[in-house]
Amino acid sequence: MLRYIKHNLTDIDGVNIYPMISLLIFVLFFIVMFTLVIRMKKTRITELSAMPLEDGSQVDLIQELDKTN
Amino acid sequence: MEVEKFSYDNKIVKYFAYATIIWGITGMVVGLIAALQLAFPEFFNDYLGYSFLSFGRIRPLHTNAVIFAFVGNGIFMGVYYSLQRLLKARMWSDKLSYINFWGWQFIIVCAVVTLPLGISTGKEYAELEWWIDILITVLWVVFGWNMFATILKRRVKHLYVAIWFYIATFVTVAVLHIFNSFELPVSMFKSYSAYAGVQDALVQWWYGHNAVAFFLTTPYLGLMYYFVPKAANRPVYSYRLSIIHFWALIFIYIWAGPHHLLYTSLPDWAQSLGVVFSIMLIAPSWGGMLNGLLTLRGAWDRVRDDVMLKFMVVALTCYGMVTFEGPLLSLKNVNSISHFTDWTIAHVHVGGLGWNAMFTFGMLYWLFPRIFRVKLYSKKLANQHFWIATLGVILYAVPMYIAGFMQGLMWQDFKEDGNLANPEFLETVTALEPYYMLRALGGLLFIIGAVMMFYNLIKTAKSGKLLADEPAEAVVTRNAKVEGGQYWHRAIEKRPIRFMLVSLIVILIGGMVEIIPTMIVESNVPKISAVKPYTPLELEGRDLYIKEGCYNCHSQMIRPLRFETERYGDYSKSGEFVYDHPFQWGSKRTGPDLAREGGKRSNFWHYTHMLRPKDLSTGSLMPAYTWMLENDYDTTLMPRKIRAMQTLGVPYSKGFDVKAVREMKAQAEVIAEDIVNDIISNTPKSAQKTLNKKEMINKLKTKELVAMIAYLQRLGMDTKEKTPEAAAAPADTLTK
Repeated sequence: MLRYIKHNLTDIDGVNIYPMISLLIFVLFFIVMFTLVIRMKKTRITELSAMPLEDGSQVDLIQELDKTN
Repeated sequence: MEVEKFSYDNKIVKYFAYATIIWGITGMVVGLIAALQLAFPEFFNDYLGYSFLSFGRIRPLHTNAVIFAFVGNGIFMGVYYSLQRLLKARMWSDKLSYINFWGWQFIIVCAVVTLPLGISTGKEYAELEWWIDILITVLWVVFGWNMFATILKRRVKHLYVAIWFYIATFVTVAVLHIFNSFELPVSMFKSYSAYAGVQDALVQWWYGHNAVAFFLTTPYLGLMYYFVPKAANRPVYSYRLSIIHFWALIFIYIWAGPHHLLYTSLPDWAQSLGVVFSIMLIAPSWGGMLNGLLTLRGAWDRVRDDVMLKFMVVALTCYGMVTFEGPLLSLKNVNSISHFTDWTIAHVHVGGLGWNAMFTFGMLYWLFPRIFRVKLYSKKLANQHFWIATLGVILYAVPMYIAGFMQGLMWQDFKEDGNLANPEFLETVTALEPYYMLRALGGLLFIIGAVMMFYNLIKTAKSGKLLADEPAEAVVTRNAKVEGGQYWHRAIEKRPIRFMLVSLIVILIGGMVEIIPTMIVESNVPKISAVKPYTPLELEGRDLYIKEGCYNCHSQMIRPLRFETERYGDYSKSGEFVYDHPFQWGSKRTGPDLAREGGKRSNFWHYTHMLRPKDLSTGSLMPAYTWMLENDYDTTLMPRKIRAMQTLGVPYSKGFDVKAVREMKAQAEVIAEDIVNDIISNTPKSAQKTLNKKEMINKLKTKELVAMIAYLQRLGMDTKEKTPEAAAAPADTLTK
């Protein structure tokens, strides 16, 4: 893939470094993301993933619907 | 900690719910009409041959209606419901909510009126004219403003993953819409894309692809992360996976646009980038799908009883299939078969019907009983809807896959003697007729299901009462201290504006890397000195080509493949399109490619063919453009059009705008005379005396048809050897 980019940007001095930088940014982006995600605390995750289930509504719709069943 | 009482706005959810149902059915019916036109072209020509019903004008209406009206309202419905609950806050401003609602419906009505009238920019899924584009921008900002203000005044500390998807959707759609809509208005109903040719194509497909990504996918994934756990009554399978899913998806998606332009004149490196990133997309897409499906682990027995879960499971499965197929279609060897065929149509409908529509139906069945506080009117009817809709998707997709594959292979087929096995393009279209009929049947079933749902939901609403303001209370934890140190993602997640900026940067990287070099590095679009600007009449003809939506069925892009060059002539080069504002490469061939149509056939042939396509090509699906012989082409706007083109960098000579109309008429007269001569020589000798040649020419020379023929005869002529007819074009237009 490098040669395609080189072909079009050869006028720029030291252009070879750009694709390398891009690749590094790309790989780093994922390494950092994965490391941080793996290191997250279990309690935090439980708390976050429960958010849709606690909506603070004062009307228990499900129960009411069940009553009418 | 303090407990606050407040209420959720359910009325706005109801409004958007009805809007998504009504526009959904409307958009699908328009799609059915388009499908029937391909299945029964004779019937439409004979009995419904109105300009506003012609395929080229109806198809953009269908795509715009289902994307922006059906799915658009579906997004707002789901977001307005889930956002309030995830933030434990009512929408920041009811007024903005309703401006968002009515404004969006007004835009849709504008689209419904302008598109059938042929008021179009000629760019797929972005056909709406400049002032509607501005309205869309304003309304989108209203939506974003209301959303961010709600996020800022939230009662909870963290932003749940669904909201990240909403934020990314907001910011990316804004960027895409604004950049793709750079256009120069000529009048209220006409504008020209600021970009030309290759650049326009790249920006358009960067937009087109990401409209799929950030309008049909990310908001729905956000909704999936809310509604699937809600329906299953258990948290999402892996929250960790959802974080990876989000960042990987928005980072990678934005690069994939060029896979719509494989084998075209787009620079090779950009095509390769598009392919590589498309393949990588499988990972986050499937991560998301599995995360959704695995949320149901241990609850699969409920899928049997809960119709809403059924819809969602099929939706997620379709999403998985379509995101696996997408990367495959981006491989060059697969793409050389699939591109320009019905395979693409099958692919998008597995996404549109299978993923978006099925998911929307699931949400609706879940929402109505909850906001109207009553049981669903008929579970049985909902189950029947589920099966009829699933059958509809299959009956739609399977014939289209066969049709696409068949046509793709027929185009490529060579005989042993080295000639094309199907030299007549038409043969490869008439062979598809049975599949077009089946497809229409699939679409019809899907619509019947949607109507059943509408009935079911109205009955449900009638038997209950809307809980317009749902009482709620919550402990305010927004500013609470976190025990055990900071959590890394909070740095951006807690701060919505910062979060938006980070997502903006992430999505901009891909777009910038691909688009900026194509814009600024000249070697990417090599100039061809023989390529000259269009004459005024040709330009007018081109505008009519856009108005009639010819690009919906005809491409102007010959790929550098032997079966293409054999059929159509030399492959297309990027330098040939430098004056094309907008580009008209097309994405589907229901008719043949027209990039080198000029000079292949006589003016008279085109004249007859445009008026009665079936007389010359038996079995043709093309509508008869009879109105083009009744309507005069416009001359009043031409000076402004020339000036607009000059502004955009088309090298017409100075002061050419003043001479343009005169030249237009001169060229029209030459073409009209040529056609009339042929009409007379084709008339039996005895009847010839009754014809008044001069009168016929005068009558014909002002008609739209003549301008259209002028344009068609120009296509590809610049790079061909000059024929005597082409040399007859007024020399003055070839400036410099």
